Amino acid sequence: MTGDTLLRVSDLKVSFQTEAGSAKVLDGVNLTIGRGEILGLVGESGCGKSTLARSVLGILPKNAARITDGTILFDGENLLERNEAYLARVLRGRRISFVPQDPFSSFSPVFSIGDQFMELMKWKSPEITDAQAAARTILSSRYGRARRRRDAERVMEMLSAVQLPQPEAILRKYPHEVSGGQRQRLMIAMALLTEPELIIADEPTTALDVTIQAQILKLLKALAAERNVAVLFTTHDLGTAWEICDRIMVMYAGQDVEVAGSADFFARPNHPYTDRLLASLPGAEGGLQGIPGNIPGFVSPPGGCRFHPRCDLASDACRTTRPGVTALGSGHAVRCHHPLGTQFLKEAVT
Amino acid sequence: MTLEPPISRVATDRPETAKPILDVLSLRKYFPIRNAWGRRKGWLKAVDDVSFRVAKGEILGVVGESGCGKSTLGKTIMGIHQPSDGDTIFEGRSTANYDPGQARKLRRHLQYAYQDPGASLDPRWKIRRSLHEPMIIHQPELDRDQRAERVSEMMRAVNLPETHLDLYPHEISGGQQRRVGLARVLTLNPSLIILDEPTSGLDLSVQATILTLFMDLKRKFDLTYLFISHDLSIVRMICDRVAVMYLGKVVEIGDTEIIFSNPKHPYTRSLLSAVPTVGGRRVTDDFQLEGEPPNPGNMPSGCRFRTRCTMAQADCAKAEPPLRADWPGQSAACFLAE
Amino acid sequence: METIRFILRKFFEDKVALVGLVIITALVLVAIFAGVLATHPGDVSTFHPADRLQGPSLAHFFGTDRMGSDIFSRILFGARITITIAVISVGLSVLIGVPIGLLAGYYNGWFSDLLMRVSDIFLAVPQIVLAIAIAQTLGPAIENVILALSLTYWPFWTRLVYAETRACKNETFVEASVALGASPFRVIVLHILPNISSGIIVRTTLGMGSTILTAAVLGFLGLGPPAPSPEWGRTIAESRQYLPNAWWYATFPGLAIFMVVMGFNLLGDGLRDILDPRIRRSKSNDR
Repeated sequence: MTGDTLLRVSDLKVSFQTEAGSAKVLDGVNLTIGRGEILGLVGESGCGKSTLARSVLGILPKNAARITDGTILFDGENLLERNEAYLARVLRGRRISFVPQDPFSSFSPVFSIGDQFMELMKWKSPEITDAQAAARTILSSRYGRARRRRDAERVMEMLSAVQLPQPEAILRKYPHEVSGGQRQRLMIAMALLTEPELIIADEPTTALDVTIQAQILKLLKALAAERNVAVLFTTHDLGTAWEICDRIMVMYAGQDVEVAGSADFFARPNHPYTDRLLASLPGAEGGLQGIPGNIPGFVSPPGGCRFHPRCDLASDACRTTRPGVTALGSGHAVRCHHPLGTQFLKEAVT
Repeated sequence: MTLEPPISRVATDRPETAKPILDVLSLRKYFPIRNAWGRRKGWLKAVDDVSFRVAKGEILGVVGESGCGKSTLGKTIMGIHQPSDGDTIFEGRSTANYDPGQARKLRRHLQYAYQDPGASLDPRWKIRRSLHEPMIIHQPELDRDQRAERVSEMMRAVNLPETHLDLYPHEISGGQQRRVGLARVLTLNPSLIILDEPTSGLDLSVQATILTLFMDLKRKFDLTYLFISHDLSIVRMICDRVAVMYLGKVVEIGDTEIIFSNPKHPYTRSLLSAVPTVGGRRVTDDFQLEGEPPNPGNMPSGCRFRTRCTMAQADCAKAEPPLRADWPGQSAACFLAE
Repeated sequence: METIRFILRKFFEDKVALVGLVIITALVLVAIFAGVLATHPGDVSTFHPADRLQGPSLAHFFGTDRMGSDIFSRILFGARITITIAVISVGLSVLIGVPIGLLAGYYNGWFSDLLMRVSDIFLAVPQIVLAIAIAQTLGPAIENVILALSLTYWPFWTRLVYAETRACKNETFVEASVALGASPFRVIVLHILPNISSGIIVRTTLGMGSTILTAAVLGFLGLGPPAPSPEWGRTIAESRQYLPNAWWYATFPGLAIFMVVMGFNLLGDGLRDILDPRIRRSKSNDR
């Protein structure tokens, strides 16, 4: 782990109001990302990884979601204590940017791509200081010609950095006129243009074909390294996480269960859930295992470790108390009363 | 044009599976592309001259990226789409000369499992009714109790509790919907099931249990699968043979292990190298393929892959390379493959 | 059973729809029990020239008309006529329009096109004009009003059902049934019709309101059931020469029309929300 921590989420609890009652979607989640680090947030659908990503961005649905406990420290400041206007003007899109799963619905269909890029630069250009952004008024929204020209240059540079052919032609097009892979490149370009410190990428390659996915991952990895941008990369695909992540954190049913460096994670899973998940990978030794049972409901989740109803090793302690963090060295930590430890040490999958 | 490794080769590899169950012969499915006034301005060649043979008891994988025509291929074989040209011979009977209704009757033993089984079940019907429907259509001689017995048997076969029969499709999980979809086609006692993206959208842990179920059912009911998927690691794990499609054509076909270990077609090579392998070499370090597939309504001349191919030469633009069965257990449609 | 309870629960959550439901239930009850509820049940056909044009009082809640008949009682009996016209003419147009829409929507080809062009021709002429022309030709009678309304209203259902059938036909579950070998009849009647039924129900409810309005217009123009029928539109037409002095004469039948049409519209809008499958599905999609 990099010594310089950029984002630290501690003991975050989020619940959603539903017809059936209060759903505890995040149950005391911890997460840290160092500067320039790519952290993979891995888990199956409904594990809360998107909710966690949205909490950091501050875009949880206001009427339904409630953050009941915890802190989100970004570069030392607690985002949960900041007001909405500050988050919207200073942080979101400037210091923290977002790459969505479906780039199509993230572009407005009625404006050309170029217009949308310039609209972004008008408000979020890296030339605007934090103070200017925070004090934004109608008067300060003037978009000077000189800055516009410099911003346009930035856009062109970025489009060539994301390897889009004929950038001028693309800027004149409308979102439906470019392919899915190109839209995702454009999304990455938009996310990087404002020179953020953190990019939150929510399953950015799930909707893409493998050959396109490979191109996009390669691009994201290279650009993040080049610009020293940290990436919070949520995915359900372990292969994708292996490709680009420095560290990987696994979530199950709203709880963080294990975090480790990428190589260590795949070689030495310590949480029973992680172990079973890796055994479900097609082609893994003893593959085709799966995990019997279903993800529990969030309204009345199982107590203690939420994985215990599906776990072979579950004991009374697991049913009553959430396990604390056990550090296993070199940034590997697990939250389990019965970590698999060295007796289950697996050979590196090759 | 040579289209297929001679069946004798399959016979030597797997003598017990030599009997063909499905022959696809020069199958084509073109969709008209119309301009704003409804005039046809061209054809979208979704499936273009595809031929292969499926032997009884095997699992043939059909892989390719979205838009390559693999789903259209499955639906055309099934008779959901009328083929533009060509024929499919299922269990020795040609289906070319029947109208769609008759052809479907003949193909009771050929069934299609939808990619999204949740959507393939009537949202206003309880699962019980959806499971009874195929038998009401095809076996009117069965009475209610006989049908109910078969439905219970199939629910057990796919490991679902019978209490689920009284639920609506939206009340069960994605994995369970897939099991219901399978139970539904199994009630007709099929011999060949076309599985269209059977694991897409499933979580890893559920996907593994569904794949185990496919293998169990195959053994139990003596099934043959045509396994359409974009997920190469799954195809590698469960398919005996694999056909790789690119823009409506089969560019390479053969035994799974041979193709995965020694792909001949440059597209297959790119495709395989794009798959992330946990613990293996990172794709992001050495992935080469540039660009995206061309618009299928406006195909390049000659070899369809030449616009993205690193090996492409002038000859590739002149003629379409035929599938050459030049390697044991493997055919590829490339002039330059050796 | 579970569905009925669900719909009732939704009604109680949606107050506006509940108001509509109450109004329409009241209308139906009034129509059925008009003979019991009316203070002067004989006044539909008998006259009391001495009591002409009296204002509202305890004896005559809504006053009396030019013949001295009790307007309150006549409105109650008028509800019968209104309900009869609305139910039968909407029912007939559903029976004509829905099957045509289903067939035209399910099949492609010249016959579908022909059916749709015929319905387009009907839709090209404003319904009220066409209904007036037909009623004028056939003469004033309740049967003719019903016929005129049905003949002019079915194309609306054809259009609606055609569009919904087209959409539903592309659903995977319909394709799956066809792939299983289901006959067109089976697919149309057992799969498509139930899945588009909520649209038909909503449209029928809203259609009742507009049909009642059109029927009142025909009555007002003298094309409805002849005198001394207590039809609401006709009553308003009669009242014109006594306005503004006998304000109650036109006001109360007008209010009756207004209430009923509004009731059907509120009920229809409420049903649209309640029957919307997306809303229903969300019931089990809680996280």
